[in-house]
Amino acid sequence: MNGWLGLVIMIVLAVGYAGVMIGLSLLLGPKNPTPEKLAPYECGMPAVGDARERHSVKFYLVAMIFLLFDIEIAFLYPWAVALRDLGWAGFVQLVTFFLILSVGYVYVWRKGVLDWGPAARVRHPAERKAA
Amino acid sequence: MIPLSHYLIVSAILFGIGTTGVLVRRNLITILLSIEIMLNAVNLTFIAFGRQLGSVDGQIIVFFVMTVAAAEAAVGLAIVIGLFRHRESLNPDAFASLKW
Amino acid sequence: MMDTPFNAVVPMLCVVFAALAVMMAEAFRGRDEQMALGGLGIVGLVGAAVSSMLLWNRNASSFGVIVADNFGLFVTMTLVIVGVLTIMFSSVVVRRDGLPAGEYYALVLFAVVGMIMMATANDLLVIFIALEILSLAVYVLTGIRRDDPRATEAAFKYFLLGAFSSAFFLYGIAFTYGVSGSTRLDRIGAFLAAQSMSDSPLILVAIGMLLVGFAFKISAVPFHMWTPDAYEGAPAVVTGFMSTGVKAAAFAAFTRVFLSAFEPFSVDWAPMIWILAVATMILGTVVGVAQTNVKRMLAYSSIAHGGYLLVGLIAANDVGKAAILFYLLAYAVTNVAAFGVIALLGTRDAANDELRDFSGLWHGRPALAALMTVCLLSLGGLPPTAGFIGKWYIFSAAVSAGYYGLAIIGVLTSVVSVFFYLRVVVMMYMEERDPGLAAPAHVGGVGMVALVASIVVIFYLGVLPTRVLDLAAESISTIF
Repeated sequence: MNGWLGLVIMIVLAVGYAGVMIGLSLLLGPKNPTPEKLAPYECGMPAVGDARERHSVKFYLVAMIFLLFDIEIAFLYPWAVALRDLGWAGFVQLVTFFLILSVGYVYVWRKGVLDWGPAARVRHPAERKAA
Repeated sequence: MIPLSHYLIVSAILFGIGTTGVLVRRNLITILLSIEIMLNAVNLTFIAFGRQLGSVDGQIIVFFVMTVAAAEAAVGLAIVIGLFRHRESLNPDAFASLKW
Repeated sequence: MMDTPFNAVVPMLCVVFAALAVMMAEAFRGRDEQMALGGLGIVGLVGAAVSSMLLWNRNASSFGVIVADNFGLFVTMTLVIVGVLTIMFSSVVVRRDGLPAGEYYALVLFAVVGMIMMATANDLLVIFIALEILSLAVYVLTGIRRDDPRATEAAFKYFLLGAFSSAFFLYGIAFTYGVSGSTRLDRIGAFLAAQSMSDSPLILVAIGMLLVGFAFKISAVPFHMWTPDAYEGAPAVVTGFMSTGVKAAAFAAFTRVFLSAFEPFSVDWAPMIWILAVATMILGTVVGVAQTNVKRMLAYSSIAHGGYLLVGLIAANDVGKAAILFYLLAYAVTNVAAFGVIALLGTRDAANDELRDFSGLWHGRPALAALMTVCLLSLGGLPPTAGFIGKWYIFSAAVSAGYYGLAIIGVLTSVVSVFFYLRVVVMMYMEERDPGLAAPAHVGGVGMVALVASIVVIFYLGVLPTRVLDLAAESISTIF
C-alpha cells in the first residue's frame, strides 16, 4: 500500500494545482467576451474557409524539427529509471548527448528556421543583430 | 500468455505489408509510410524476442530504432519535397531522367 | 596513452568534434564571410589518423561495442585517407558550384564518423546505427545540388532503396538477437559455435536478411539497381566519396560479421556469396562496356570491384583476408582520384562527364590526362600500380582456397574491364578535341595536390607493397 501513496499524492497535487489555477483565472481574470473569442479555438486564426487548404512549407520544417527533438526525449525515460545505478558516469554521458543535440538546436536557430515573421528567414542572423 | 510465434507471425505480416507497399504503391509519401511500417514490424519482433529471453535489451534496441526511423523520415521527406519542387508530382514513375 | 574505456572511440571523437565545430562555424558565420571549413575537417581527420596510430596493437575496446583492433584501425586509416582526399577535391568544387560549404563539410565529416564506427563496431545494433549515420549523410550529399533535378532524383532513389535495405538488415538483426540472445558479435559467435544449429531455420533467415542488407550497401548484383543512378546523379566528388568510403566501411563490417560471428555457418553462406560474387563481377563488367558516360561507366566498374572483394571474402584464408584490406585501400585511393579528375573537369553548368568530353584531353591538359591514365590503369589492374597487386592477391587467395572457378571468372572479367578503361585513355590521347566542346576547365592548386598525392600512393602500393601487405596481414591476424 505504501508504494501507492506517492502516486496518490502526485495525482492530488496535479489535479489540485490545475483546479487552483483554473479557479484563480476564473475569479481574477478580466472578462471581455467578443464573438471571435467565443469561437472554437483554431490556432488564433478566425475560423473561415475550408480546413483542407495547403499549408506553408514552414509548418513542415517546424514539425520535422519537433519530431527530431521530441524523439530524443525517449532516451530520458530509461535513463531516469536507471538513474541511481548509472551514477555520475551516466549523468555525464547524458549531458554530453544533450550538448551534441544542442549544437544542432543552435544551428537550426541561427539558420533562422525558428523565425516566424514574414520574410524573416531571408534575413541573415548577422544582419538581424545589426538591425 | 500469448506465445512467441503469434508475435512473430504478426510482425512478419506487417513486414510483408510494408514491403509490398514499397514495391506497388505509386505515391512517394505512401512509400515512406510503408518503410516506417517495415521498421515498426521489426520493433515488434525485437520486443517479442526480448520478452521471450527475459531481457530488456529488446526494448532498449527499439528506442534506438525509433530514433533512426525519425531521422530517416526527416531526410526522406526533405528529399521528397525537393523532388516535388522540380516535378510537381509525387508519382515515382515521373522520375526517370536517369535510366532506372 | 592511458588505458581508459574511451580509448577506442578517440578517432571517432576527433572527427565528431571537427564536424560539430564546422556546424557551429557555419551557424555563426557572416553572410559573405569565407572560412576554411574544409581545413577544420582535415584537422579532425588528421587527429583521427594520429590517434589510430597510437592505438595500433593495443586492442582497445570501449563499452564492449566498439573495438579498435588492428583490423578496424587499418580500415579507419583508409577512411581517413578517403576523407582527406575528398575534402581537398571538394574545396575546389564547393566554391565553383556554390554549394553550401558548412553543410557540405559537416555532412562529409559525419559520414566519415559513421564509416569509422561501422568499421570498428563489435555489435550488430551499433553497426546498424553507424550504417544509418553514414547513409543519411550520404543521401543528403547526393542531392546537395538542389537546383539540379537529376541530383535530387538520384538522392531519392538512393534513399528509397537504402532505407528499404536497412529495414531488411534490421530484421536480420532481430532474428539473430532472438536466436542467440545478444547483438554482440563475440557472444553470437560463441553461441553459434557451441550449438549444432542445423535445426534452426531462424538463424538462416537472419543470415539471409543481413546478407541482403550488406549486399545493397556494397552494391552487389542483384541489389545494385540504385548504384548507377545514384553515382551518375550525384556530384562527381560525392560519387568518389560514396563509392569508396561507404564500400570500405560496409565491407569491413561485412567481413567482421560473417567471418567472426557467422563463421560456424560458412557452409551455408559461402555458396550464396559465391553466386553474388560471380553475378557482380560479370554484370559490372559487361554492362560497363556499354556505357558512354564516364561516371556511369565507373559506377559499373565499382560494382565489379565489389565482386572482386567478395572473392576475397569467400576465400577467407589468411591471404584472402589480408588481400581484402589491401584491395580496399588500393581501390579507395584510385577511385577517389579518378572521380576527382572528373569533378575537376566539370564546370558549374556542365558536368563534362561524357566519354567525348575526354577527347583530346592530352593536348589541352597533359598533366590531368596522365594522372587519369594512371588511375584507370590501376582500376584495370595493370602493373606497376596498386590495382595490380590488389587483384593479384585476391585471385591467388581464391586459388589457394581451391576456388579455381572464381579466380578464372575474376581474371577474365578484369581483362574485359581493361577494354573500357583503355577506351577513355585512347579517347584522351588519340582523338582530336571535338571542336564543338569548350576547352577543358583549368584545375586549381588544392585539387592538383590531392591528385598527385593519390598517384604517389598508387605507385607506392604498386611498386613497394610489402610493408602495407604486412600491416594488413598483421591486422587480420589479431581477430579472426
